[in-house]
Amino acid sequence: MTAASPAFAWSRVVAVFLKELVQMRRDRLTFAVMVMMPVMQLLLFGYAINNDPRHLPTVVEVRDDGPMTRSLLASLKASSFFDIVAVARDDVEGDRLVRNGEAVFLIVIPERFEERLVRGERPQLLIAADATDPVAAAGPVAALDAIARSALAPELSGALRPLAPSAPPYEIVAHRRYNPAGITAFNIVPGLLGVILTMTMVMITSIALTREIERGTMETLLSTPVRPVEIMLGKTTPYILVGAVQTVLVAIAGRVLFHLPFTGSPLTLLVALTLFIAANLMLGYLISTVARTQMQAMQLTFFVFLPSILLSGFMFPFRAMPAWAQGLGEALPLTHFLRIARTVVLKGGGFDATGRELATLAAILAVLTIVSLVRFRRTL
Amino acid sequence: MTAAISVTGLTKRFGDRTVVDDLALEVPRGAIYGFLGPNGSGKTTTIRMVCGLLKPDAGRGRALGFDVISESDRIKERTGYMTQKFSLYEDLSIRENLEFIARLYRLDDVKGKVDESLEKLGLSERAAQLAGRLSGGWKQRLALAACMIHTPDLLLLDEPTAGVDPKARRDFWDEIRRYSRQGVTTLVSTHYMDEAVQCDSIAYIAYGRKLVDAPTRDIPKLVGLSAWRILSSDLDAAEAALRGAPGVELVARFGAELHAAGRGGTALASSVSALKSSGATVEPMEAGLEEAFIHLMSHSADNFR
Ligand SMILES: Nc1ncnc2c1ncn2[C@@H]1O[C@H](COP(=O)(O)OP(=O)(O)OP(=O)(O)O)[C@@H](O)[C@H]1O
Ligand SMILES: [Mg+2]
Repeated sequence: MTAASPAFAWSRVVAVFLKELVQMRRDRLTFAVMVMMPVMQLLLFGYAINNDPRHLPTVVEVRDDGPMTRSLLASLKASSFFDIVAVARDDVEGDRLVRNGEAVFLIVIPERFEERLVRGERPQLLIAADATDPVAAAGPVAALDAIARSALAPELSGALRPLAPSAPPYEIVAHRRYNPAGITAFNIVPGLLGVILTMTMVMITSIALTREIERGTMETLLSTPVRPVEIMLGKTTPYILVGAVQTVLVAIAGRVLFHLPFTGSPLTLLVALTLFIAANLMLGYLISTVARTQMQAMQLTFFVFLPSILLSGFMFPFRAMPAWAQGLGEALPLTHFLRIARTVVLKGGGFDATGRELATLAAILAVLTIVSLVRFRRTL
Repeated sequence: MTAAISVTGLTKRFGDRTVVDDLALEVPRGAIYGFLGPNGSGKTTTIRMVCGLLKPDAGRGRALGFDVISESDRIKERTGYMTQKFSLYEDLSIRENLEFIARLYRLDDVKGKVDESLEKLGLSERAAQLAGRLSGGWKQRLALAACMIHTPDLLLLDEPTAGVDPKARRDFWDEIRRYSRQGVTTLVSTHYMDEAVQCDSIAYIAYGRKLVDAPTRDIPKLVGLSAWRILSSDLDAAEAALRGAPGVELVARFGAELHAAGRGGTALASSVSALKSSGATVEPMEAGLEEAFIHLMSHSADNFR
C-alpha cells in the first residue's frame, strides 16, 4: 500500500497555479481588460472628478444698472467659478434656464440695488443654486461673497467709505495640509488605485470556482487528491501578479499625468498593497464558494463594490457618516487601504503611522481565508 | 485480500426523491464489473458516492480498503474516475490537460508520463491542440487517458466509450483487460451489450435499486427466459402477430431474425408455433444477455417517477 499523500503539497499548488496562468493567458479579452482598466479609469476619473468645481454655468438676472451693478457683473464674468451663460432682464428667463439645466446658478441683482446700497439699506444679492446636485453648490456660494466684496470695494471709497464691509475682528486661517493646493487628483489617484484593485480582484476570483462548476471541470478537479487550500492558493496567487501590474501602471500614470507626490515609505505601501490585494482576492474567492453560477457571482460582487465605493471614504468623508455606516466601512478592505495609501503617499507616513490599519487589513484577510476554506464544498 | 469496492446500504436522496436506494456492491480486486441500468437509474450517482464526490445519505463502505465517507482523500489518490460528461479543460491543450492531472497526482516524471500517454493515444502530433477542438470521440479517449495517467488501482468509468468508434472501443477494452490482469479493478457503466459481455460480472440497477448482480454468463439463466428464433419472409407481420400474444414478454429484431422471449415456457411455445402456419421457421434458442437486459429494462422502462 502506498503512503498517504500529504495534507498539503506545494507541487499541487503549483499545478493549479500554472493551469490558471495558462487559462488567463488564453483569455485575451479578460487579460486586456484587467491591464487596460486601471489606465482608462485613472484617465477618466483622475481628470473628471473634481471636488472643487469651477466654471459652473450661471445666469445673472440684472434688474438694476449703474456702475456698481456693471462692476459686479464684470467681476462675475471674470471669475473662474462662474461661466455666465446669459444675462436676463426679468425672472422668467432666469428661471427657465435653471429649470432646463442650462444654468446651475441664478444670481439676482435686484431693482434699485445701488440706490439702496448707498442709502445703507443693505439690499439683498440673491444666489439660487440648483441643489439637485448638492455637492456642487457649496464652494461657489461662498465664492460669491468674496467676488462681491472685491468688486464693490473700489466703488465704496470716499463718502461711501462707511458702507464698505469691515473685516471681522478675527481671522480664520485654513491650511490644506499634505495637499496644499487642494488638488483633487492627489486624493483621487490613491483612492482610485484602491477602487480599481477592489473591482478587478474581487471580480476575477468570484468566478474562480463557479466557472469550474459551470463548465463541469469541478468534477474532475474534485476527483483528484487536490485539497481545498491548494486550490485556493493556486487560484488566487496568479492574480497577485495582475494586481501588481495594475499598481505599477497606476503609479506611473499618477506620476506622469498628475504629478502625484510620493513622500512616504515605499515598503509600507508595498506591504499594504500585498495585504489589500490578497484580501480582495479572498473576498472574491469567498463569493465563489457561495455562488453556484457565474451570474450569481457577478451579482454578489456588486454587494461589495457599492459599499466599497460609497462607505470607504473614497466618495464621501468617512468621519461624516453615521456610526453604523462607519462600522460597515471598517469591515471593508478598501477603507483601510485608503487610509494607509493617503497616509503614506501624501502625509509621508511609514509603518509607525499605519500599524493599526495594516493589522486590521491582515485580520480581515485571515477571517476571509478561514471562512472561504470552511465554505468550500468538497462534494458536487 | 479485501474487495476493491465493498459498500452496503448506500442511499442518496435529492429532495424527496430517492435516487439510489439501499444499494450494496461488492467488487473483487482485479475484476471488471459492469454497471448497467436504464437512463436515470442512479449509476452516475452511485459511482460519485464511491469516490467521495457525493456524500451518501445513508450507508457505508470501503473502496481500496478506505472508508468512502471519511477517507475519500486516500481513495482519490489511487482511483481514476472518468466522468460521463467531458470534464477536462477545453481551453487547455491536450498536453496541458494531461500535465495538469499528472502534477495533481504528484507523478515523478510528469513529462515522461505525459509523452507516454500521448504516444499511446496517438495524439503526439496534436498535443498542442486545444482539448475543446477535439471531436466527441477523441475527447472521450483523452479523458480516458487522463484518468489512467497515474496508474490507479481502481478505475471508475462512467460510460467511457459513448461516441467512440468500434476500433477504438476494441482497443479500449483490450487495455482494460490488460489492466485487470495486473490487478486493476474496473467498475464501468455502459449501455452497450457488446461491452457488457466483456465484463466478469454485472450489477443491474433500476430506480436506484439493484435488481441483478451476478457473473455475466449466469445472467440469462437467472432472468429465467426461454427464447425462440423466428425466420420469416415477412418479419413485420410476424412481429405484429407476436406482440401481446400469450407468454410473449419480449419481441425484438436482431438483424434479419426476430427473437421472442418470455418466462412462461409453454404459453410462449404455442404462441410462436402458431406462426408456422404462415410459413415462418421457428426454433428454440438460448436466451442471451441482450434479451435478458431488454426484458429487464422493459419492465423498468420509466425511471422518471
Ligand atoms: N444533483 C442532482 N440534483 C437532483 N437530482 C439529480 C442530481 N443528480 C442526479 N439526479 C437525478 O438522479 C437520478 C439518477 O441520476 P444518475 O445520473 O445517477 O443516472 P444514471 O443512471 O447515471 O443515468 P444515465 O444512464 O442517463 O447516465 C436522475 O433521475 C437524475 O435526475
Ligand atoms: Mg450517468
